[in-house]
Amino acid sequence: MEERGLDPFLVDVNDVIGIIREYFPEWESIDEFSLDAEAINRLASVIKLQSDWVRHRSTSLYTDPFLLEEKLRKLSRKSLATLFLKSWHPIIEMEQISPHSLSEAIKYWQSLLPLRERWTKTEFLKTELGATSREELIRQQIMAEKVFTEELETLWRELRQTVGKDEKIPYWGFVGADTYEETVWRAYMTSFLVTYGYATFEVHRLEEEIFIIPFSKPRSLLGKKHVVSIPVSVSVEEWRRWRESRRD
Amino acid sequence: MEREQARLKRKALYLRKLKRATHLLFYRRHRKPGVKGWELRKRLGSDYPKVLGLLDAYLEKLDLQVKTVFEGEKPAEKPTLEQLDRARFYITLRGGLTPKETKMSGWRIDDIAGLAIAISYIISKRGKAPRDEVEELLRDKLPGWRVDLNMDRYIRAGYLAQDENRQLYLDWRTRAEVDEKALIDLLLTAEKTEGEKAA
Repeated sequence: MEERGLDPFLVDVNDVIGIIREYFPEWESIDEFSLDAEAINRLASVIKLQSDWVRHRSTSLYTDPFLLEEKLRKLSRKSLATLFLKSWHPIIEMEQISPHSLSEAIKYWQSLLPLRERWTKTEFLKTELGATSREELIRQQIMAEKVFTEELETLWRELRQTVGKDEKIPYWGFVGADTYEETVWRAYMTSFLVTYGYATFEVHRLEEEIFIIPFSKPRSLLGKKHVVSIPVSVSVEEWRRWRESRRD
Repeated sequence: MEREQARLKRKALYLRKLKRATHLLFYRRHRKPGVKGWELRKRLGSDYPKVLGLLDAYLEKLDLQVKTVFEGEKPAEKPTLEQLDRARFYITLRGGLTPKETKMSGWRIDDIAGLAIAISYIISKRGKAPRDEVEELLRDKLPGWRVDLNMDRYIRAGYLAQDENRQLYLDWRTRAEVDEKALIDLLLTAEKTEGEKAA
């Protein structure tokens, strides 16, 4: 009925409900109840269609389809077209290229590579297979001279030895080196020592001092609630001041 | 003096907004013509209904109008901002075309008559009718080979839409361009006149 647009009042809803009610006590299986549920669902759709029909009929647009069909058949093509023109207000729109889009199009065209260049296939160089050496990888900077973790652990050992029995060491006391480059490298590696749980910082905010405390065993900091980042400035000026104070 | 300056400033602002609204509404920027309310709000500001009102008043002299097509049914009372945001706005002819002028639209009188039949029949069937029924009605006035072509043309142009069950509906262009109530009223009145002539 919904698909074919038939008159929903062809179905006598009360009659169908009466039949469902009559046979309902006899049903036992789930399949039988499901069929009843399906029938009631379809009846609900018919009632909705009937309601829509009544609503439409009450609007000013309602006209009897049979009456209108008759009228459409009686009127000539010319009359129909003339009538339609009185209620037709076509959309006005412009499709015109603007100077701006023209200049954009020219720019695009000028930068567009010819097809023969765009469709050129990538050619590959054929080289002989061979083995490479550790030295070659270091030279090409694919591999560092020392593996990172190796370097980190060396620095960790150095930190523990420097600290000795004191438990902690001032930040600049450990990071500071004879050249600025080395200082930066040591600061960089120290940050990893702290991040990876080889050591920790002790910050005295009032005195503006930072100490490094090495751990005897690396500790995992993952999942700890109070993990914070501590920015430490290692500028050339700071390094120079540290060097001066060391000389004094 | 200050009040006069403020007035001139406001006038200049609305003139700029009017120009912007004209560009937005006249030039097609999407696949379909027209502009959504929320797009106008974004480009013209929250007072875009006022700008459209001014534009509509200006266009009246040129026999054009700003047409608002609401999502779903047209609200009975003054539309809310939310309803306006979801509506689509077009520039359409305010009055009708004369038969001579239809030549400019590129449609033959047969095509227009066929469209009138299809639209009014669908309206009378509460907005939905099987394509076969409409085609049968059209065959009464048009040669069979033209009927199928015309139906496809009406669908392509956006006047009609068809679902997988070959049911026809009124599509976006009919809602924007055709005064459905006026069409039905004209058909009913015309029938009487024709009948009277026959008598």
